[in-house]
Amino acid sequence: MKLDFFKRCFLSMALLMLLAPSFTLGEETVQIDVFNDALTKLTAASMQERSAAVEQLAAVQEPRAIVILQALLDGHLVKLKNDDKLVIGRDSGVGYQVSDAKTGQDFGLADRDNTQKITVNNSLRASLRKTIGRLELKANDAKVRIAAVHAIAKAIDEEGLGLLRDRLAKEQDSSVQDEIKLVLGLEDLNGTDKTARLNAIDLLKNHATQGVVNRLNALVEKDADGNYAEADTDVRNQAKAALVTINSRLKLYAGIETLFFGLSLGAVLVLAAIGLAITFGVMGVINMAHGELMMLGAYTTYVIQQLMPNSLGWSLILSIPAAFMISALVGIAIERGIIRFLYGRPLETLLATFGVSLFLQQTVRSIFSPLNRSVAAPEWMSGTLQINDFLSLTWNRLYILVFCLLVFALLLQILKHTRLGLEVRAVAQNRNMAKAMGVPTARVDALTFGLGSGIAGVAGVALSQITNVGPNLGQAYIVDSFMVVVFGGVGNLWGTLVAGFTLGIANKLLEPVAGAVLAKILVLVFIILFIQKRPRGLFPQKGRAAEN
Amino acid sequence: MLSTLCNQDKTASWLLGGIALLSMLVPLFNFIFPVESALHFSAYSVSIMGKYLCFALLGLSLDLVWGYCGILALGQGAFFALGGYAMGMYLMRQIGNRSVYGNPLLPDFMVFLNWQELPWYWYGFEQFWFAALMAVLVPGLLAFVFGWLAFRSRVTGVYLSIITQALTYALLLAFFRNEMGFGGNNGLTDFKDILGFNIQSEAVRASLLLISGLMLILAFVVSRWVMASKLGRVVTAVRDQESRVRFLGYRVEHFKLLVFVFSAMLAGIAGALYVPQVGIINPSEFSPLNSLEIVIWVAIGGRGTLYGAIVGAVLVNYAKTLLTGWAPEIWLFFLGTAFILVTVFLPDGLVGFWQRRFQAQKL
Repeated sequence: MKLDFFKRCFLSMALLMLLAPSFTLGEETVQIDVFNDALTKLTAASMQERSAAVEQLAAVQEPRAIVILQALLDGHLVKLKNDDKLVIGRDSGVGYQVSDAKTGQDFGLADRDNTQKITVNNSLRASLRKTIGRLELKANDAKVRIAAVHAIAKAIDEEGLGLLRDRLAKEQDSSVQDEIKLVLGLEDLNGTDKTARLNAIDLLKNHATQGVVNRLNALVEKDADGNYAEADTDVRNQAKAALVTINSRLKLYAGIETLFFGLSLGAVLVLAAIGLAITFGVMGVINMAHGELMMLGAYTTYVIQQLMPNSLGWSLILSIPAAFMISALVGIAIERGIIRFLYGRPLETLLATFGVSLFLQQTVRSIFSPLNRSVAAPEWMSGTLQINDFLSLTWNRLYILVFCLLVFALLLQILKHTRLGLEVRAVAQNRNMAKAMGVPTARVDALTFGLGSGIAGVAGVALSQITNVGPNLGQAYIVDSFMVVVFGGVGNLWGTLVAGFTLGIANKLLEPVAGAVLAKILVLVFIILFIQKRPRGLFPQKGRAAEN
Repeated sequence: MLSTLCNQDKTASWLLGGIALLSMLVPLFNFIFPVESALHFSAYSVSIMGKYLCFALLGLSLDLVWGYCGILALGQGAFFALGGYAMGMYLMRQIGNRSVYGNPLLPDFMVFLNWQELPWYWYGFEQFWFAALMAVLVPGLLAFVFGWLAFRSRVTGVYLSIITQALTYALLLAFFRNEMGFGGNNGLTDFKDILGFNIQSEAVRASLLLISGLMLILAFVVSRWVMASKLGRVVTAVRDQESRVRFLGYRVEHFKLLVFVFSAMLAGIAGALYVPQVGIINPSEFSPLNSLEIVIWVAIGGRGTLYGAIVGAVLVNYAKTLLTGWAPEIWLFFLGTAFILVTVFLPDGLVGFWQRRFQAQKL
């Protein structure tokens, strides 16, 4: 017996010694117990117990806590009736898609009758919001912290202010600091301490958001009787000065935005015109079917997206080479089948390609119906890049701008550094001489036309992202792209680039002054007049070959 | 003048005779024969004939600039529409207080826009002679200014074609605007009277057809005479060898300008005759596609012959009426194919093809 006792003592001591270095582990198990306990209490009947459980959950250092509390707030926290398990469930139409509240493990579908929602009342909901904000304020991710600051600011009270002040003292990230300062500043403005208010205005001056502008405007406004809403003259003047500063900054933002819109419109114009510029420059052929080749590219995007609806991003990327190929092949067919017979008669080429454009339009209308089709944008192309409250750039236009520059650079490289490019330039400068030097002009013509058409197809892919895809898509852009080519000067890709961006920006600059339609008319009239002054565009081709 | 023409050119005199006969007989048959008779022409066919004749005049006007002077103007529809708007404004003022809003001075769309008074450019259009004058002068003036600028700086070839297209496109956009004061999108319509007669009545329709026919004949004879004169020779020479004519000491741009303005005026007359017969004018007449269609009439008929334009305009529009009624989706296929085939295989158009066949048989 005694031996037995000793043995046991020894064993337990050994066990204790083993456990000793991992006492923290023990503490964690305690935490987990508290966490589990809190979860059980959440399912309790009375609201008081539930709100105690919320407090308890918040006190635990457990990353799942925020998820669970958020689910509770959103009404997604449910109890399974058969095994009393606490799960997060989302309605998926046929039932609840549930996952374990504790671990996040997926449990699959649960029957609707088997679930019971954990309800919350208004006071609990309010305290939940605060608790979540408080927890998130400590999160590691700066974005989550900023969101938490916004959440707290929405229903601000003494407690929230205290939390924010505490956080500000500890905060390292400057963007989070700024957000907190902004909320505190707005709050100071409501106070009575004059110096604090003046300081707050100074601070807010540099943080222009819609809320700040509204608040400052409210300070300087007069009410119906002609009295100022704000009694204190110093505060009022300070607010006026701050508004002047903010307004000048807003004007700058508006300017940047106009510039961006202009550039993005210009990018579309350049994309549409650049293929036209090549064919026109090399062959002197005005391809009236160019717009329809763009339309074919856009429809290619649509078809590919229909074939693989689950991966929007990939289908869009795949569309670029596909659209290039299809439009290029159609272009080569047009060149071999029709244009080849009309060399030296540029005006008649114009007519024949116009016939082709009508034909293609009607073909597409017969196949896809005359209705517009919309091509869905992948996630990374939709939405906006929010720079601040007053300046946001849409992703799709930003991407198109980048895409346009890429296509331009690629084309420039092709023309500069490849055999085809060399031949294309030779034929453009002097067809007969090139022929005499052994350049196969017929092949070069076909390939050039294919290249120009292929780029039209690629432009169609870009267009499908900003407008609906319909049989008339090409027609809408054809006059504009002619203008770009003529304005920029034939045979010079840089001219096309400069002309496209210039016209885009000019259009957008005129729009607020004159309205969209009048702006377009003014630009057209400007080009008509410009052509009188410089009949061969901004960057005319030089040398004897140009005179024909 | 007419007699020399008849002696010189059999084809032309046959064509003119045909037009004259048509524009007199169709309305006459419409009157004389009862509705049941096989020889009866319905009111619809009377107005559609009138429409064709206006288009023929329009085609003729384009043939002058394109066929004789080598300027492929892709904005001929703009002059046509301007003439049409001038006439439309007169017809609008004739409605008076019979409009929906019953305002004796302002057309409905202005009342709708809350305008208080007539814009200055509507003054005078209650007079027929003024409107008729404007239908010729406004297109002529626009052509003069545009042509003067373009020809003086030697904008030629494809560039000129494109800026004429830009011109009509700009006008299209402008006339779509409500603030322009021309009825915006809906244009001018719902006309009641012309010179005091009911515009819907058969007598008015018949007279309009007759006037269109006479105007077409007159325009043909005058154009023919001009093109056969020394001036016409120079114009043709400009088409074929512009620099050489310039080196010979001719002011090329003056000749071009003259033809361009004259043709724009003819187009304006065509538009002014067209509007009362179809009862509407709206901005879509300015669309670049319409102007391109005019080009195809002339190309199919055969350019540089004047009657080719007439034949082409009537044939293509007859085909359009048939096809759009029968199978609308075929029409664009037809038009597109016609464009391609004619430019590739029939550079002289149907008339040229016919002449070659005819001469080959003679030989």
